[in-house]
Amino acid sequence: MAYSEKVIDHYTNPRNVGTLDKASHKVGTGLVGAPECGDVMRLQIQVDDNNVITDAKFKTFGCGSAIASSSLATEWLKGKSIDDAMKIDNMDIVEELALPPVKIHCSVLAEDAIKAAINDYRVKNGMEPIASEKVHH
Amino acid sequence: MNIPVYLDNNATTPMDPRVLEAMLPYFVEKFGNAASRNHPFGWVAEEAVDYAREQVAKLIGASEKEIIFTSGATESDNLAIKGVFEMYKEKGNHIITTVTEHKAVLDACKHVEKMGGRVTYLPVKEDGLVDLDLLESSMTPETILVSIMYGNNEIGVIQPIRAIADIAHKHGALMMTDAVQAVGKIPVDVNRDGIDLLALSAHKFYGPKGVGALYVRRKGPRVKVTAQMDGGGHERGMRSGTLNVPGIVGLGKACELCIAEMESEAKRLSGLRDKLQSGLTVLEESYVNGNQEHRLPHVANISFKYVEGEGLMMAMKDLAVSSGSACTSASLEPSYVLKSLGLSDDLAHSSIRFGLGRFTTEEEVDYAIEVTKKSVTHLRELSPLWEMFKEGIDLDSIEWAEH
Repeated sequence: MAYSEKVIDHYTNPRNVGTLDKASHKVGTGLVGAPECGDVMRLQIQVDDNNVITDAKFKTFGCGSAIASSSLATEWLKGKSIDDAMKIDNMDIVEELALPPVKIHCSVLAEDAIKAAINDYRVKNGMEPIASEKVHH
Repeated sequence: MNIPVYLDNNATTPMDPRVLEAMLPYFVEKFGNAASRNHPFGWVAEEAVDYAREQVAKLIGASEKEIIFTSGATESDNLAIKGVFEMYKEKGNHIITTVTEHKAVLDACKHVEKMGGRVTYLPVKEDGLVDLDLLESSMTPETILVSIMYGNNEIGVIQPIRAIADIAHKHGALMMTDAVQAVGKIPVDVNRDGIDLLALSAHKFYGPKGVGALYVRRKGPRVKVTAQMDGGGHERGMRSGTLNVPGIVGLGKACELCIAEMESEAKRLSGLRDKLQSGLTVLEESYVNGNQEHRLPHVANISFKYVEGEGLMMAMKDLAVSSGSACTSASLEPSYVLKSLGLSDDLAHSSIRFGLGRFTTEEEVDYAIEVTKKSVTHLRELSPLWEMFKEGIDLDSIEWAEH
């Protein structure tokens, strides 16, 4: 299968690889996927007092499209408020990376990771988790 | 050295230029139909086919009258399994095979089930070998055929064919083997091994694509298969269709080259394979899949834990290899062969098959080691699972969200 140039770029030079202190109450962590399925994404956000994401990091076990989807997600998250971040849709990722139909699940996983990270942050800071209106599985 | 380096010789092999040279006259100049009995054009073609038949027979210790030319191993497997089922249905309707067979065998068996046959799919042991006691206890008076592959295409494991054949024969069944990966790579002898039917394919041993053969034993016992295609009754009535003369000439030449070079080549390739394997298993958490003692000389299947196979192949884009990862197929299921060894899904996802061949050089193997090590290390730096492993977190203790 041929990958798009953008997938190859993110895969070869992944942005924001790393780990934030998951014990900090300013950090939200989302860990989604399963090793048996061949994809695990961990996405972390650092949020300031105005609920704006100041930093984002990821680590992903998966194919090139999964790595690219999470790398792109971290780029998009930085500077967004957590409310705006919640609106990131997997189809935006599909479009940006030109993912083929067989790789759409990678973008779904990235969206799930974003929402999981935000909810982790919200719960840590005494807010209600936001239920996802989409059912993916 | 050409980049990318081709290390997928179990999928197909490049054709040997000597094979091409042998084939060339049979396209334009010597174009006759081997079945044309009444003029020289036909005689020339027939002579070439007869010679190729001898070359093929010689490679597997058979007689030339026992070779049926086909379009490849998929057709040979289908003809053997469906043909035996139809021919021997008075005697019984039970076939035994294994879960690690090639799809051509498994799907032909599924077809037989639809036709009213009964098929036992034997599991294999952790090292990929058939459990002979289990085979013996699965035999019934209704069993007409045991179909077990010679060497496995994914992990290279070589089955104890003689012992399997003895069990089949003791219970009055025929022994069939898909020997696609073994023929031309290791000595295969239908008499020494007790084989009644054998499928082979030219493109797996430096011959052309689209041509193969089925060996059908003629003596002790005389085996017959019901033709699966109707037509002019070529190939002793077992396989109709005008013979692919250039392809058959190429198959014959490929066999001749293997007879001459197999022994030294097997030694060279197992040396290179062992170098590759020891160069890669220095990486932490890397595992060789399948039995290593009974294995084809040119294959190594290695899992690199905490790294996903397709992602790894993308990093190793300068190597042409194959992965057991789900992502390489649209099915999202990892390799059924690796899973049948009892490998967990994540290890099956993390596997890479390296298949060396006649044109693989030591320089290429050194390069493959370097690229693979670099890629595994890079992807582990990206892998949350690797980080957890390094922190001593038991991954089985985590409740993963299946998706």
